[in-house]
This record gives sequence, C-alpha cells and structure tokens, in this order.
Amino acid sequence: MKIYGVAILAGCYLAGQFIGEMLGSALGIGGNVGGVGFAMLLLLIANDWMKKRPSLTGDTNKGILFWSSMYIPVVIAMSATQDIKSALSGGHVAIIAGIAVTLACVLLVPAVSKIGRSKSNPHS
Amino acid sequence: MEILKQLLEKNGFVFSFFLIGLIMYLSFWLSRILTKNRIPGVAIAIILGLALAFFGGKNGIADIPVFAGMAFVGGTMLRDFSIVATASGADLGEIRRAGPAGVLSLFIGLIIAFFTGGCIAYAMGYTDARSITTIGAGACTFIVGPVTGTAIGADPEVITISIAIGVIKSIVTTIITPFVANRIGLNNPHSAMVFGGLIGTSSGVAAGLAATDVKLVPYGSFTATFYTGLGCLLCPSVFYLVTAFLMK
Repeated sequence: MKIYGVAILAGCYLAGQFIGEMLGSALGIGGNVGGVGFAMLLLLIANDWMKKRPSLTGDTNKGILFWSSMYIPVVIAMSATQDIKSALSGGHVAIIAGIAVTLACVLLVPAVSKIGRSKSNPHS
Repeated sequence: MEILKQLLEKNGFVFSFFLIGLIMYLSFWLSRILTKNRIPGVAIAIILGLALAFFGGKNGIADIPVFAGMAFVGGTMLRDFSIVATASGADLGEIRRAGPAGVLSLFIGLIIAFFTGGCIAYAMGYTDARSITTIGAGACTFIVGPVTGTAIGADPEVITISIAIGVIKSIVTTIITPFVANRIGLNNPHSAMVFGGLIGTSSGVAAGLAATDVKLVPYGSFTATFYTGLGCLLCPSVFYLVTAFLMK
C-alpha cells in the first residue's frame, strides 16, 4: 500500500527532525542542526530494511517516489514565495556581497572535490 | 468573478498544484521552443517563480490572497519532506565515500563566505567588529546572519543587510548553478556533496541542483543541512573573536 511508504517517509522525517532539534539544543544554539540529513540517513536504512521484505516493496516504494517527484514543484513554489523585493532593496552592500560570496564558493567546488576524492579514493 | 476568487482562496493548496503544473508546462515548452532544451525547463520554471515573487512582498506571490496556498506548498515543511524523499534514490556508499570531503567543504564554505562577506563590509566602510561579523555571517545564510547579529548585539540595520545578503546568495545560487554546473564538474554525487557544503544555503542548493540534475539533490542537500547549524555555532564565537582581534 502506498500509504505505508508515505508513513515510513513521514516517520523518518519526524525522527530526523527530532535528532536535529536535540543536537541543536545540545550544542546550545537552538534550532535544527542537520535534521534533514539525519532523516535521509534513516530513510536509506529503512529502504534497506524494506528490500528484505518483498511484501513491502512495489506499492510502498511508490508512496515515497511520489513525494520525491513532488520535489521540483515544491521548489518552484518556494522560489515564488521568496522575499525578493526586500532582498534587492538591501542596498548595494547586500547585492555585491551576495553575488561575490556565491561566486567565490562556487569556484571552489572543483578544488575541494579533488581534495576529497584523492583522499577517499586514491585510484581515481 | 467574486465567486471564483473566493473559491480559489478557499482552495489555495489545491490551486497551487494547478498553478505550478501550468508554470512547469509553460517552462518546458519555452525551453524546447526558445533554447532547444539547452536551458533546462526546471531552471526556467524556477526563474519564472522568482519573477512571480516580485508581485508580492515578504512572502512573495503568497501575499496575494488568491495565491496564499503557494506559501504552504513552498514552505519549509513540504520542502524538507520532499528533499528527504529524494534520498530513497541515493546511495549510502556514495555518501560515506564523500563524507570527509563533505565535512571539509562545510568548514571551507563557512570560512570563505564569512571572510568574503566581512571584507566587503570593511571595504564598504564598516569598521566595527560587530557589524563586520554580522555581515560576514549573513554571507553564510540568511539565518546565520540574524542569529549571529542578535547574539553579539549588532545594529538592527546591519542585521537587515545580513538577511538580504543571505537571500541574494540563495537566489544567485538558484539561477547560476545550472549554467556553471558543467564547468565546475558538478555532475556526480561526490561534487554535489562538496557543492552543498561549500554553498550551504539549503533553499539555493536545493533549487540550483533541481535545475541541474534531480539525481544530485539528495547529496547536496545532505551536507547543506548541517551548514546553517555549524554557522550559528562558529560565527558568534570563533569567527567573532578572530574578527574582533583583527579589528583592534
């Protein structure tokens, strides 16, 4: 049943957010630290568990896949609800800094990717 | 007309799905007709979304009552829920292999963003450690900025600027990612995790990767989700102390 998949996803999401909130308060900064990441790990573990149970695959997976495919529509809605006006009215400091910082970080991607790769997999 | 308006306001959530479907159809059509699919349809859809946001205010187009449902569909809850769902297509082994690079990229990303933001603040005439730190923190994400500013007691005006920087960063990331992806080698899980850690702004990373290649979304989002928390930890403490020391 598809709802099983959605329920598993919801369970992983809530448990991950809970871990993130706990970590946030343990570090004394409040908020949520890595909630989405923990939820993803839990879902990956749940996926493995599901694979061992043939009765749960198929339709169950479709419930998760549906929400995974809703990701792009959600992102489009997200961009349509950004506070773009006040971002641009933040003055030239905000615009210059925003653009410069993004470019600086983007340009570093190839270099840092290389460092990590040679460390974890010396043959590639 | 009044009846239609009321109907759409009452069913805002459902209306959003209809509207987003329409935007996506239009975008994929434009991508095919105008750019021969060179600019991905998703990228066009996201830019159209940003353009729509101009018609509203703080919550973008959702400030117009008929489109209020967009705020729910595009809100944090559904965003994070669907991001987590994308993980079902991810490979745990890839995440583990790229783990060290991911952690490294988080620290490098925060330091570079803070340093660049701080330098620009200094160049623009801010000379007190509090303002420079807050603006540098805003260059991390639009959450790190106000959290740091409030913690160290910065000027409200500076805090506003720090939020604006973070939002601009997120928007710039969204727009440029699909166009620079090939040039920076952003085409595999490993570099997607590094990308998420270096940029860190969850919404920008999520939207930018969506427009580039949906398969990369879970990897980038995985590291990006730790960025804001780590930034809130480092900016008001270590980074502030270093800035204060340098500005003496």
